[in-house]
Amino acid sequence: MTDKIDKEPADTPPRDSHAPETIKAIPVRHYGRYVSAVVVLALVALLVNAFATAEKIQWSAVGDKLFDSTVLAGAGRTLLISVLAMIVGVVLGVVLAVMRLSKNPVTSWVAWAYIWFFRGTPVYVQLLLWFNLALIFPMLNLGPIYKDEMTDVMTPFMCALLGLGLNEAAYMAEICRAGLMAVDEGQTEASHALGMSHGKTLRRIVIPQAMRVIVPPTGNEFINMLKTSSLVYAVTYNELLRATSTIGSTSYAVMEMLFVASIWYLVMTSVFSVFQYYLERRFARGSSRSLPPTPWQRVKVNLMAFSRERGGA
Amino acid sequence: MTAMVRAESVHKSFGLVEVLKGIDLEVKQGEVFCLIGPSGSGKSTFLRCINHLEKINAGRLYVDGELVGYRQKGDKLYELKDSEVALQRRDIGMVFQRFNLFPHMTAVENVMEAPVQVKGTSRAQARERARELLEKVGLADKAGSYPAQLSGGQQQRVAIARALAMDPKLMLFDEPTSALDPELVGDVLDVMRDLAESGMTMVVVTHEMGFAREVGDSLVFMDGGVVVESGDPREVLTNPQHERTQAFLSKVL
Repeated sequence: MTDKIDKEPADTPPRDSHAPETIKAIPVRHYGRYVSAVVVLALVALLVNAFATAEKIQWSAVGDKLFDSTVLAGAGRTLLISVLAMIVGVVLGVVLAVMRLSKNPVTSWVAWAYIWFFRGTPVYVQLLLWFNLALIFPMLNLGPIYKDEMTDVMTPFMCALLGLGLNEAAYMAEICRAGLMAVDEGQTEASHALGMSHGKTLRRIVIPQAMRVIVPPTGNEFINMLKTSSLVYAVTYNELLRATSTIGSTSYAVMEMLFVASIWYLVMTSVFSVFQYYLERRFARGSSRSLPPTPWQRVKVNLMAFSRERGGA
Repeated sequence: MTAMVRAESVHKSFGLVEVLKGIDLEVKQGEVFCLIGPSGSGKSTFLRCINHLEKINAGRLYVDGELVGYRQKGDKLYELKDSEVALQRRDIGMVFQRFNLFPHMTAVENVMEAPVQVKGTSRAQARERARELLEKVGLADKAGSYPAQLSGGQQQRVAIARALAMDPKLMLFDEPTSALDPELVGDVLDVMRDLAESGMTMVVVTHEMGFAREVGDSLVFMDGGVVVESGDPREVLTNPQHERTQAFLSKVL
């Protein structure tokens, strides 16, 4: 925290002569930090060296296949299925959360049962259940509205979407419920006292405030979803992991293709983390007097201070 | 003069605890009606019953001649639907001890919210009216500030403007100055005094005896869920008849 000293505004008024002299003390030396830095750097160097010199890894294959059209298409599908499943999860999750908090015992019980089932069984099992649904229901028959072979309905895409989305809804419901309950009861009372209906109170007053509590864990859920979506490998949806594995097994570059997959997963989760940072700031509006500057704003301020200093010198 | 609020033997229990044990009182139109009493005496609960934030267990409560929260047909009572209760609340403004401003909206948005959402007023019109009301409470320059950027006194004045935006016929104040720093109390009381002079009917739960004496038209001292003493504020505050009133006033004055 020693950089605090530099943060004084450049044009501070001259101190009056009676003020005591600014303290100039020798700071405490943290030798432990230097030692640990050296140890960590050494370990990282060893690890990098081990991978870089391993004869069985063809690094060129990683570079060649990183932007392969099959891999890119796979990454696109991973992103697509994650986003769509998350949308299903969020929408259904909000509905389930409101249902659970409802005074109506029937809706609240239905929501509880849903969450109990979808949170209580593994996603992998749920994916396989959707995938094999045709074994027990060969026909999907919704009376006069819709009738078709189950295998035509339950494409790999549909299995993946339902499996991931419905599972996510159970988790999102709990996150939303926590968010809704975190909003002060006085807010609901004030809104009701103004003559606003339950629905309007929820939409205009409670949910916007609950978002501040809901958004951070939801971002976390989405990052999880990007990775969990690799499980839809099992229902033959051709996402990133399946695309890379297929290449890997035909070209005998199994590990190399797993590296390619890892790189793309890291890119997607990293890009989203930045997006999440700005999203959280947006919903923090009004919760504190002033928000801390974003990294980009800090860079700009520092650049301006730097150029002013050079100009002044 | 018709009664704006009429309570007939109002009872209220939370579980096994009976908080209101039969309140009878009448608030006349245009009157400033002060409720005082020790904490736990039921005065806030009674105030919250007036706009049906709490359901009463027995007795009758009328606002402007209309039964609150129920409809009577013959000798049968029917609970009102949520939408009907909301309709009744439109005409009753309420100011809370902890302000309860909407933190995700600026001051002017707080004031605009109910007219736009409930009455369907256009945003432009509501904004103009909101600015007028903020000016009236002395906060024209704070229209764009979020509640977190305002002092307690400023927040409470925005809350008063927010309640006034619905053009209520009755204003309820639930200890509006109790959560404020002492030097901020005056600004809020000034706004309330102006409001009283404009002829607004006000029911005020308060610990500000000075305000009750100067501005109040009637005063009720409550203790243990019953009305102990009532009358002209100057009379009751300077010359309390009842022992309990004397004991309470000797502690707060």
